[in-house]
Order: sequence, then C-alpha cells, then structure tokens
Amino acid sequence: MSKSAKQKEELSFEESLKRLEGIVETLEEGNAPLEESIKLYEEGMTLAKSCMTRLNEAKLKLKKIQKSAGGALEETDIDN
Amino acid sequence: MEENPDLFSNRAASVNEDRVLKVRDLTRLVKGVLEESFPSVVVEGEISNFKRHMPSGHLYFTLKDEEAQVRCVMWRSDAAKVRFEVSDGMKVIVKGRVSLYEPRGDFQLYAVDLVPAGQGALQLAFEQLKKKLEDEGLFDEERKREIPEFPSRIGVVTSLEGAAVRDIISIISRRFPAVEVVIYPVKVQGDGAAEEIARAIRDFNKLSTVDVLIVGRGGGSLEDLWAFNEEVVARSIFDSAIPVISAVGHQVDYTIADFVADVRAATPSAAAELIVPDRQEVVAGVQSEVRTMGRLIEQKIYGLTLELDKLSHHYALQQPSSLVDQKSQLADELTRRLETETQHYVDVTGQKLIAVDSHLNALNPSAVLKRGYAFVESSTGIISSVRDVEAGDSATIHLHDGTLESQITGKSERSA
Repeated sequence: MSKSAKQKEELSFEESLKRLEGIVETLEEGNAPLEESIKLYEEGMTLAKSCMTRLNEAKLKLKKIQKSAGGALEETDIDN
Repeated sequence: MEENPDLFSNRAASVNEDRVLKVRDLTRLVKGVLEESFPSVVVEGEISNFKRHMPSGHLYFTLKDEEAQVRCVMWRSDAAKVRFEVSDGMKVIVKGRVSLYEPRGDFQLYAVDLVPAGQGALQLAFEQLKKKLEDEGLFDEERKREIPEFPSRIGVVTSLEGAAVRDIISIISRRFPAVEVVIYPVKVQGDGAAEEIARAIRDFNKLSTVDVLIVGRGGGSLEDLWAFNEEVVARSIFDSAIPVISAVGHQVDYTIADFVADVRAATPSAAAELIVPDRQEVVAGVQSEVRTMGRLIEQKIYGLTLELDKLSHHYALQQPSSLVDQKSQLADELTRRLETETQHYVDVTGQKLIAVDSHLNALNPSAVLKRGYAFVESSTGIISSVRDVEAGDSATIHLHDGTLESQITGKSERSA
C-alpha cells in the first residue's frame, strides 16, 4: 500500500487523469474479475480524490530564472 | 562615387577627342557605363508625376528630394508586386537599376521594388525574412509540436515589467492553479532584445524542466514588436524541443515568431487561456468518471449476485457450509470495501454513491436460507455428504429463522 501510494504521488496531474480514464475504460469492458475490479475502483477513487485535492487546494507556484554569479541558471521563487 | 569617373575615363580612353561620335554612340557608351556602375541601387525619395500607363500597366514617376530628381520606370511585372497604392507626395524607397533612355538621353531608374519609407523598410525586411524562412520549411504544419493538454510546468519568456506577464499569471491562477509558472525575464524591445529572447528559449531547452513555452509581450508599435520578427528568435523557436506558443501584441499583430511557433495566440492573455484547461471543466470531468466507476462496480456486483444465486441453486444443498462461508466472507469483504470507497466518494465529490446495500444483501447467506434452503449440522460439523452421518445420528437443521433438532432415520446415496 505504501508503495502504491508513493507511485501515485509521483504521477503528474495529467498522468493521474489518464490513468483514471484508463481505469474507467477497463471497468467498462467488464472483463476484469471482481477482485481486480474492486482494486481498480479503489485506485480510481484515490486518483480522483488526489486530482480534486490538487484542483481545489493548489495555488499557482511562481518561479523566475536567474543567472547565478557563476553563470549557471537557477530557479528562484517569486511571491504570487 | 569616386570610381565612376575612373570607369568613365577608362572607357573614354578609347574615345579620344579626334574621333567624332554620333549621338547614339555617345548615349550607348554612357548607357553602358551607367548599367555597369549601378546594377542595383536603393534610393529614398518622394514620388511626383506618378502615372500608370494604360494598357501597358507600366508605372512612370519622378523620384525627388529637396535638391534633385530622377525619372523612374517600373515595368508591369514588377509593378504587380507592389502591395500598396502609389500616389504623388508619398515617401518611398525604390530598389532598381540605373540606365539611360536613349531616345531622350535621360538617365532613368528602372524600379523593381517599391516600399513606403519609414515603416516600409521594416515591412520589407519582414516580408523578406518571412519568405526565406517559409521556403526553408520553418512554418510547415507537419513539423509543429503538439501542446500538452495538462502542462504541469509552464515556461514564460517575456519582460517582468509588462502587462503581458501579469495577464498570464492572473489567468492561469484563475483557470488552473495546479501548475508552476517559470518566468525567464528578458528585454522584449530595443537593442539586444531578440538575442535575449532567443537565448532564453535555448536555456529553457537546456534546463528541460518545463512542458511548454509562452514567448511574447504586450501590444506596441511595429518597432516595439520587432524583436519577434528577428531571424535569431525564429530559429530558436524552430530548434526548440519544447512546444512554443507565441503571444505577441494584439489580435491584429502577426510576427515571424507567430509563423514558426507551434501555436499562435492572439495575445498573452489568449495564450494563458489556451495553455491550461478550465478548472471547473476538469472537476466536472473527474466527477463524471467517478460516477461512471460507481455505476460499473455496482453492475459488476449485481452480475456476481445473479451468478451466486444460480450457483446456490445447484450446490447449496450439497455443499451448504463451504458455499455459505465463502459467500459470507465475500459479502463482508465487499461491504467493507464499498463502505470505504463510498466514504471516499463522499469526500471527493460531496455526493453519495447510489446505495449498494440491496445488492450486498443478496450476497448474505441468510438471504439464501430465506428462499427455502437449509444446512444441516451434526456433532462433528456441517453435513455436506450422506457419508458424514449414519442412521440414528442426531442433526440440527438450520433455517433462516431458527433450527430444528432431528434424527436421521435412514439414508440412501445417489449414484454419481
């Protein structure tokens, strides 16, 4: 569980949505056995929840690219 | 201008004063010198005595300034390429070659191109670069990169001072704040602006930390927007592995950058609108997926219930204990999971999953007993075969509403 939770954290928003769509498609095909369907459903709900959380709670992150003294490019936060 | 008298004198060296020339020899000689010396010149001046000769379509006019004037001709084929209406008093830049019109002995400028002075020079440069890059394939539709549907990091190449950056930030944070916006501040007009913009695009590609780029600035004059018409910017956009949305000026402004970019947004605000989806639409989409999943899983359970019913008809009497145990366990498991999931659903969308209780009830062993099935228990456990008991043994019969104590009076085994 902790491993799959970690995997979900790493998914981008787009990947989460795509995975959710994929789960719905698999469920729609209806070939998966019940056990697997329930697991997919659980995963889908977790994804949906994380998408919703991201959508509702996210605040735009703003960064700026600057050249450091050494000439390397770095990102620094700016207040939104 | 210094070499021209030399040229003339060199040529004239073969013509000494002792030889008397015909007029046409002189004009021909001079014509040759002029054509050789001025095969291509660009002259700025004001148009006067403009005439479009019909039906030939050739243009005749005089180009003048405060101190001098020169007669000009533009043949129909060249005149056809002039995109604006020419009239007296107009300041223009004429490109052409110098020659001599022998019947009158006038030297003339044979114009091949004509653009308005001032803005016209930029316009000409614009058209020239546009044609060059177009011929090279920089504008080809086939090579346009696709803009990601849900970018998570958006690079913006623009000035920190302008309205453009504020518009982009406010629209993205209103529509879809679940992203990061990385701004690369650059000069967007004046000396060195084009190079800064091009370098920023290249740097973003080196860093490779954003999914898409917005390159642009707010509205301004043609001169203000000029950096986005420079070849160096066009090439950096073309070379970018990251998809680029151009967002320069107002609705009506088209720059070279717009033609090379993968998508042209009419304004910086428009770029922000098209780069991220609308949050409300995405929310509605996720809710719809959740509802679909709920419906599908319900159907699945319902289908399974029907199957179990069928099974119980076939085997319930022979194998009541194991079947009841399995069903009971499955029903418990499903109830537990679905309760959890229903709670998730409520958390997520604030709506309730359609109750699955009725379906789960059908999986409950007591529901099977209610339909008239029974299971029988002896002192050694559940009786699942006639071999488990002998005549005279006592047995407990379980019905849905209670038990019956009984004694086995006889048995017969069905042949398999």
